[in-house]
Amino acid sequence: MIVEGKQKIWADYQKDIPDDHYYYVRSCIRQSFFPASEVTFLDITRNKLGKDFYENPYHTTCGGIAYHSDSIPQETAMTIIARQFALMHESGYENYVCSCITSFGCYTETLETWHEFPELEDRIRQYLWDSCKKEFAKPKYLAHSSDIIYKFRHEIAKQAKYKLVNVKTGKPLKVVEHIGCHYSKMFPSKGFGGAEYPHVLVGMVEAWGGEVVDYPERRHCCGFGFRQYLIQANRGYSVSNTHKKFESMEPYEPDLIITNCPGCPYFLDRWQYVIAEQTGKTYSKNGYGIPALTYEEVAGLVLGYNPWDLGLQIHQVAIEPLLEKMGVEYDPKAKYKGINNKDLGTPENPINIKLI
Amino acid sequence: MIDFGFSISKSSHIQMDNVDLKLFNKLEALNPDISTCMACGLCTATCSAGNFTDASFRKIILMLQRGKDKEALEKVKKCMMCGKCILVCSRGINTRNILLSITRIYNEEDK
Repeated sequence: MIVEGKQKIWADYQKDIPDDHYYYVRSCIRQSFFPASEVTFLDITRNKLGKDFYENPYHTTCGGIAYHSDSIPQETAMTIIARQFALMHESGYENYVCSCITSFGCYTETLETWHEFPELEDRIRQYLWDSCKKEFAKPKYLAHSSDIIYKFRHEIAKQAKYKLVNVKTGKPLKVVEHIGCHYSKMFPSKGFGGAEYPHVLVGMVEAWGGEVVDYPERRHCCGFGFRQYLIQANRGYSVSNTHKKFESMEPYEPDLIITNCPGCPYFLDRWQYVIAEQTGKTYSKNGYGIPALTYEEVAGLVLGYNPWDLGLQIHQVAIEPLLEKMGVEYDPKAKYKGINNKDLGTPENPINIKLI
Repeated sequence: MIDFGFSISKSSHIQMDNVDLKLFNKLEALNPDISTCMACGLCTATCSAGNFTDASFRKIILMLQRGKDKEALEKVKKCMMCGKCILVCSRGINTRNILLSITRIYNEEDK
C-alpha cells in the first residue's frame, strides 16, 4: 500500500469545520421523535464546550419531508431553504449547522444545484422576494450537527464521566454505527470519509471507548425511505429493510446502535417492536432488543447526564441493560416521571419484546 | 402475532460465509472454461428453452456461485441440450458439457 496515495484520497473526504459562531436550525421530526436530543446538543456545545450557537425562533422546516414524498416541487423546497438562509444572514451568522440529515441533504443539493444552474438561483431569489420580501446570502460554511460533535469528540472524552465500556468485563461495548443516507451518499465530498468510509460516528465511538462493529449490511438504508413508510401499503418495504439489517448485525451481538439521522434511530428502534410482534424474534440474548440512540444521547450518557433527562424513556427498546453495562447511575422509579415529578403514565408491555 | 396491515418480505441477502462452494469448485476444476464466462447473455438470448421457460445458463452459473443449488438445478432441468448456446458463446465455452457436469456432480451429491 502506498501510504501517501491513501492519505491523498482520505484528504479529499475531510472537512474544515469553523471553531465557533454557528447558526443552528432544528429538525421538524426529531423534536417529536427524540425530544431531548437537540436540547442536549445545545447544552453540550454551549455549556460544556463554550461555543456560540444562535437559534432564530422564526425558522421553519426545510421542506425535506414534503419534497422527498413528492408533495412539493423542488423550487418550493428551495424557496423555503432560501428563507432559512435569509434568516441566518439577518442574524449575522455565516456558519450554518442543521440538526437533520434530510435537511443537510436538501441544503447541499440546493447549493450544488444553484452552483450548476445560477439562473435557477436568480429565480429562487425572485420567488423569495415576491413571497416574503426577504433577500438571502448563501452560508459560508454548511455542516451537520454530528460534524460538530465529531470535531469536539476528544474534548467530550476529556470531560466524560462514563465510557462506552462494559464495567463488568472491562471490554469495549460493541457499537453499530449507522449513518443517514443523505449525509454522504448523495454528495460524498460533503461528509467525513465520503460514502464508503464515513468516519463521523466511528470517530465518536472510538474516542469514547467503544468498538465499532463491521457487518455485511453496514451501509444499508435503515428502511425509512420516505414514501416507503409514509404510505401504509408500502411499509412492508420499510420494515423489510430494517429486518435485513438486524439479521445481518445479529451474529456480532452489538450492545448499542448509534445514528446521526432523524429517521434511522426511529425506525431501527420502533421496527424492533414490529419485527418482534410479527416474527417473535428479538435481537439480543436478554429479549430486550438493541438500543438505538442518537449521537447526542450517547454523548449525553458519556458526559453523565440523567438518562431520563435525555429522553431515553421515549425509546421503544428498553435502555436499562445498556445503562447497567456502562455503569450509569439512574433511578428506575423516575423513568416515567416528567417535569416536577408529573406522572407520564406507564406504557403497555408488548408481547414479544421485553420493556420492563 | 399482530396484523399491522403490512408484512416483512423474505430477504434476498446471501451470507457468503455460510455458502458451501465445494461442489462448484469441483465443477470448475472439471470445466475450467466456466471461469471465462463474462455473463454477456448471448447464450440466454439464443436459448430455445429460454423462450418458453426460465432456463438461463448465465443465471444457473450465478446461482451456483451463490449457493442457490436447488434453484439452479430446477433451471438446468429445462435445458433441451440443443447446443445453440455453444455456437454463440463469445468466449467459446462448452456450455452443454458444463450443464451435463452440473447434473452429474450435484445429483451425485444427492445420492
